[in-house]
Amino acid sequence: MASGILVFIEQRNGQIRKSSLEALSEARSLAAGKEPVSALLVGHNIKELSATVNKCKPDKILVADQAEFANYSTEGYAAALSAAIKQTDARLVLCANTSMGKDLIPRVAARFDAACVTDVSEIKMNGDKMQVVHPMYSGKTRGLFELNSAVSFITLRPNVFALTEVENGHHAPVEDLAVSTGNIRAKVVDTHAAAGQKIELSEASVIVSGGRGIKGPENWGLLQNLCDVLGAALGASRAVVDAGWIDHQQQVGQTGKVVSPQLYIACGISGAIQHLAGMNSSKVIVAINKDPEAPIFKHATYGIVGDMFEVVPKLTEELRKTNN
Amino acid sequence: MPFEEVRPLKIAVCVKAVPDTESKIVVAADKSNIDFTGLRFITSPYDEFAIEEALRIKEKLGGETVVLSVGGAETTDVLRDSLARGIDSAVHLQDPAFTNLDSLSIAKVLAAAIKDGGYDMVFLGQQGVGGDNSQVPGMLAELLDLPQCTMTVKLEVEGTNFKAEREIEGAHELVEGTLPAVFSAQKGLNEPRYPSIKGVMAARRKEITVKNAEALGLAGKVGNGVAPLKLAEMAAPPDRPQGRLIEGDPDSQVKTLVNLLKTEAQVI
Repeated sequence: MASGILVFIEQRNGQIRKSSLEALSEARSLAAGKEPVSALLVGHNIKELSATVNKCKPDKILVADQAEFANYSTEGYAAALSAAIKQTDARLVLCANTSMGKDLIPRVAARFDAACVTDVSEIKMNGDKMQVVHPMYSGKTRGLFELNSAVSFITLRPNVFALTEVENGHHAPVEDLAVSTGNIRAKVVDTHAAAGQKIELSEASVIVSGGRGIKGPENWGLLQNLCDVLGAALGASRAVVDAGWIDHQQQVGQTGKVVSPQLYIACGISGAIQHLAGMNSSKVIVAINKDPEAPIFKHATYGIVGDMFEVVPKLTEELRKTNN
Repeated sequence: MPFEEVRPLKIAVCVKAVPDTESKIVVAADKSNIDFTGLRFITSPYDEFAIEEALRIKEKLGGETVVLSVGGAETTDVLRDSLARGIDSAVHLQDPAFTNLDSLSIAKVLAAAIKDGGYDMVFLGQQGVGGDNSQVPGMLAELLDLPQCTMTVKLEVEGTNFKAEREIEGAHELVEGTLPAVFSAQKGLNEPRYPSIKGVMAARRKEITVKNAEALGLAGKVGNGVAPLKLAEMAAPPDRPQGRLIEGDPDSQVKTLVNLLKTEAQVI
């Protein structure tokens, strides 16, 4: 009988993704000391990254360090994850629901003919039985799923599960994992950073979003100033993306990104159902809109009826004062 | 003298019929699914990018396009929509056992229909709107033992090689690989065309091939509780607590807001 939890730790260019450490923290909490938690690092020249992984106290760290893992490839990384599952005999694989996780995990789940739930927002124990919540219909409903295969796969929505780091000084045993990848038929050869955005939407803890109320692409600076003072990422409604005022990567909502920040500030956004679907699980929602009837106010924790061109600069200034 | 034979491309597009994204979604009384009563079905929005890309590649390089979909009666109109846009032929994968399938089972049905078809490229939307899983493309690629490129926003084909860009967090990855391969389409890949009146008329006359579980060699292998993943219950999301409007002039409004964010909500 398989036992133990394996967490795939995502790294690019030697940077470990925060949401992978959230997954490792959740694995520790689920294992509750009764079964081992292993972490898997895949890449090239990445051995020193185990220090970061150790902060979340895994029982073991597997490192697949090979030249062909320098860049991501679905087939190569799937071979590494499959080898780690066999080596650890894990019953559960956790991974962050990122572009890499969503590319990798379904492929490996099919290889093991296994149950798989992506974009999970909650894991509950019902007696001995694990049940996971997956938001569906863009958050208009939630499915409660049970996974019944020898090994099961779950990807966790970023920013939702608590990151519980412990003191430095934990040193889990590090094992090298030798992987035979076979012929890799498609691989990443280069990465181009997208222009502008410094903080990625899906992992941002604060998001400032703009809609039609911004009136034109020349006015993003107004919201960017508010972003800068809050350390926030800039988001947008579908209307302004379709109008060509901002890149699709910035779109929050049904055909854009689903986000769950601590604080979401919607400026000049009416709150169409597609937009609400993408941000309704934010902890605190602030709405600034001059139309008191805008649907966004029904979902806002705090609402200000007013002209964003007047309110946003004042808010930026007030926050700047309290920061100092 | 030997000559080089240029074989036309064969392209599969997998689409899904989903409730219109403007629909009000309500959980069914028995909590086994949503209540489908009165819902209008559309082609899942990301699938439109997949259809468009298949059409553009065919227009540029020549070949044949086939649309496939797993689903019930609601699927027929969605397949006709693909035909109206210019896809050559349609295959409806329909069986009572194919009701409420999980992603892996859908991938198994699609793989059974695609595997011996001699396809060079398989396109899907990056996510079926509604289920919101993003699982079928990678699972299908695995079951067909093909390379994959998910979240594709740019694609070029040269002979039996492809160069693609896929969207990741804050960047694009450049992916190079060989055909045959599976691609999932992300918004930004292209601008989908609308069906023309002529296309709609022509689509009405086209025959849709129907294949059931037995024809696919899947009798007893998918559906009816065979899958290791079980939906225990569907539920509405928890209600958000009642919010409040902050009154006053703009200066006092922002002071009150900052104070609430610090002391009450504790998020800054």
